[in-house]
Amino acid sequence: MPDTHDLILFVVIAGGTAITRFLPFLLFPAGRKKPRWLLQLSSVLPHAAIAMLVVYCLKDIYIAQPQGFLPELISLAVVSLLHLWKRQTLLSIGGGTICYMVLLQQVFL
Amino acid sequence: MWTSINGKVLKTAFIDTLPILAAYLILGMGYGVLMSDAGYPPFYVFLMSAFVFAGSMQFVAVSLLTIKVMPVTALLMTFLVNARHIFYGLSFLERYKDTGKVRPYLIFGLTDETYSLICSQPHDPNNNKTAYYFTVTLLNHLYWIAGGVIGSVLGTALPFNSEGIEFSMTALFTVIFLEQWKQTKDHAPALIGIVATVFSRIVFGLDHFLIIAMTIIAVALLLLLHRRKEEEHLA
Repeated sequence: MPDTHDLILFVVIAGGTAITRFLPFLLFPAGRKKPRWLLQLSSVLPHAAIAMLVVYCLKDIYIAQPQGFLPELISLAVVSLLHLWKRQTLLSIGGGTICYMVLLQQVFL
Repeated sequence: MWTSINGKVLKTAFIDTLPILAAYLILGMGYGVLMSDAGYPPFYVFLMSAFVFAGSMQFVAVSLLTIKVMPVTALLMTFLVNARHIFYGLSFLERYKDTGKVRPYLIFGLTDETYSLICSQPHDPNNNKTAYYFTVTLLNHLYWIAGGVIGSVLGTALPFNSEGIEFSMTALFTVIFLEQWKQTKDHAPALIGIVATVFSRIVFGLDHFLIIAMTIIAVALLLLLHRRKEEEHLA
């Protein structure tokens, strides 16, 4: 059963996570006029942030062995090609994920 | 706000969140099983999934809990793992400006997946999309809680081999990356994001690369905007 220490850690982790999410909104409140650089930054940031997320998801790949990067590389190609071809989000995501699972479970054991 | 949540909004939000439904349920179940193996009951899993609502942090938290780290260590770890959220907030300062009473909830629920999904929606200040943002955030929240609680109640693995299912999130971000790429001719920010993160990962290793990548990205974007402003003045 969770003890007091577990509950303290729960509060700390929930609070800490909320701080990282609320911080920008607390630093730059909705009512106040924002500087131009900030508005420009916030309009280009999503492009950089999504790119960062994609790379972040691939952080565990290694190139010493084929199974360290080939499943990811092939599946990323499948997602991209499917999406450029049909532009159906669910198809691209589903196709790429199934490809990755098959490669991981059946091909690169 | 509440009156504007109609069938159409609900349907669109549900379809848009389908990939997240699949991933959150299965990853959430994985989390629930892990917590149950570590000796935590379903109600504690519910607390974590409902009030932390941050996948990667919750997985890290399992080991923080089992080795009983000091609260200050847990706090620093939380900041380190979740620092990327600061970018999400900075991106949505304007978008979430007029979202009224649900604004705190939208900010609280800004996970990687919710962020990327809402990023892919064009932002138009004249067209208030609060109902859609709220529905997407709430659905994702419910999927995540449901997965965790189911996994922790069952306490056993899925009836099928789900190894590799986490790639669906990589695929989701990739699709949104491609959509964003098509929407603009200005590819410098996306390229900065890729190069800075790959560079940091290779040079600085697994543990702290994301914070370094974020710093490089922020500085590079500000320099880029500054240079463009000077070019504007000269032109």
